Amino acid sequence: MKSNRRQFLATLGITALGWSLFPNLLKAAEATSGHSLKGKRWAMVIDTKKLTVEIMEKCIRACNKAHNIPHIPDKKEVKWIWIETFHHLFPGQMGDKTHVSEYPEKKSLCLCNHCENPPCVRVCPTKATFQREDGIVMMDFHRCIGCRYCMAACPFGSRSFNFYDPRKFLKEENPNFPTRTKGVVEKCLFCYERIDEGKKPYCVEAAEGAIYFGDLNDPHSEVRKVLAERYAITRKPELGTFPCVYYLI
Amino acid sequence: MLEKAIKGSKLYWGWICLLLVGIGIGFLAYTVQMKEGLSITGMSRDVSWGFYIAQFTFLVGVAASAVMMVIPKYLHHYQPFARILILGEFLAIAAVSMCLLFIIVDLGQPQRMLNIIFHATPHSILFWDMIVLNGYLFLNILIGWVTLEAEHKGVEPPKWIKPFIYLSIPWAVSIHTVTAFLYCGLPGRHFWLTAILAPRFLASAFASGPAFLILLSYVVKIFAKWDPGKEAIQSLAKIVAYATIINLFFIALEVFTALYSNIPGHTIHLKFLFSGLPGYSTYVPWMWVAILAGLAGFFILLFPENRKSDNVLAIGCLLVFMSCWIDKGLCFLIGGFTPSPLEEVTKYVPTKLELLISFGVYCAGFLILTILYKVAVGVKKEVAGEID
Ligand code: SF4
Ligand code: SF4
Repeated sequence: MKSNRRQFLATLGITALGWSLFPNLLKAAEATSGHSLKGKRWAMVIDTKKLTVEIMEKCIRACNKAHNIPHIPDKKEVKWIWIETFHHLFPGQMGDKTHVSEYPEKKSLCLCNHCENPPCVRVCPTKATFQREDGIVMMDFHRCIGCRYCMAACPFGSRSFNFYDPRKFLKEENPNFPTRTKGVVEKCLFCYERIDEGKKPYCVEAAEGAIYFGDLNDPHSEVRKVLAERYAITRKPELGTFPCVYYLI
Repeated sequence: MLEKAIKGSKLYWGWICLLLVGIGIGFLAYTVQMKEGLSITGMSRDVSWGFYIAQFTFLVGVAASAVMMVIPKYLHHYQPFARILILGEFLAIAAVSMCLLFIIVDLGQPQRMLNIIFHATPHSILFWDMIVLNGYLFLNILIGWVTLEAEHKGVEPPKWIKPFIYLSIPWAVSIHTVTAFLYCGLPGRHFWLTAILAPRFLASAFASGPAFLILLSYVVKIFAKWDPGKEAIQSLAKIVAYATIINLFFIALEVFTALYSNIPGHTIHLKFLFSGLPGYSTYVPWMWVAILAGLAGFFILLFPENRKSDNVLAIGCLLVFMSCWIDKGLCFLIGGFTPSPLEEVTKYVPTKLELLISFGVYCAGFLILTILYKVAVGVKKEVAGEID
């Protein structure tokens, strides 16, 4: 216990120092080994072959309803999970549109990747965006000052800012999930509230088996099995953020 | 010394009132923003920073440029800068104040602002930016006031101020370096992800800041009848000329690297700025004006006979200032956000309210500047035995 605490404090001291001076260097060194293997690491595997537009819309509806996501009809919109073309999901990876016409236009789901090495967490000046032990990248809506640095830092466009008061755009409200105020950032939280109850995320439940969810560090988990069997890609792997959302091709 | 700020001509008070009205207008616009949220701006999910943060970025440069006088004066004992230095330091105070105001008006939840301190997060560059900006503000207030007070009393500045003056040199460099780090450490924003960003910011700072100071010197000369010194202005003009061409050179380096390597993620932002994307070329004329104005300003300021003529010098400085403002106070930020990481093109144009709020912040900055300059010039004149 004692040595544990001492060790913890020492690590804390060293990381505080190292992190403040060379956050990227330190992270890069860690990142070479890929995902950390300690504890749980929640991951999602999206089967792009099985997903149809109807299923995707069902997933989105389930999420929107449960999480009080306002429907805002302009570019100041708030979205946690939405439909996007492969071309936008994987920019630069889809070949030229002239010769490969089908794939870039195919559609799939887009959401926060819950990156193992998240730049949004790195830049947030208040720790309103933070990473849980199990890898979920969380938001503290009461702490966020709305500087939107995290939006500039996320290379996947996963974050939304409440330009408007979101409550004005809610038709019905789920009393079991907090609504947000204007001036704060939000994004998909991997249904942390359900995971903590031992359930799977809403979109996974609605996806009729087209989305797998589980612990990446557990070799017997469903996600590990399906990743071992089929070819999967992540978004922008070259940036070293290590997304935990995989796409089966 | 402050009493000098409350003894002024009708013109002085008229100008102060005008600025107060400007601040009032900006404040009214800000109350609308407080009520309606940042929805009143032109920003969006894709272009999530806009005019405010661009102004902030530009003004950090103006603030940092005071170092271009501090170094010659204190490290090389270049005396002609002794007279004008206080104007540079006070300009820095006004500029940093505007920077801080621009950050505050950009926040979605300004009342939670102090969370940056309560939940200090050293791995966030924004945390360090807050530290260096406030530190720089403090340093300049301290140094400016203490040296001016000593001059007022007709004594040498106290010895203990020296370390602060020396400290202010790297500190000035740090404010703009850290501001560049805000941008150049972000993965997936290729336009900003460049090691040359901090030097480029510094170059444009050392062009735009002194250019603005020269223009201000003329204003002071005309309205306050106090001459900061011909030689000082001439030296500043040389600094402006060289800094301008270095800045343009850096921009050219960026363009070459992106275009010759031909990597789509890198070229697309430059295409957006220099030739436009399909259906969206709002900023193309601006960008070209910035480049051409910079070049023209440089060639004007390159020749000594041009620098010696007051009118031509003022035009040269105006061109350089305009060039830097468009480049850094507009295009740099919008260009980085367009297209988005999902390669979507979302248009951004600041709204009227956004511009009014910015106008209010500028008025506040000019109010600070006017009052400080009034005091500085008043003291200088009194010491020289001139009547105000
Ligand atoms: S996808 Fe974006 S918001 Fe989500 S963890 Fe990664 S960087 Fe952060
Ligand atoms: S907007 Fe909120 S969550 Fe994002 S960086 Fe700023 S304080 Fe953190």
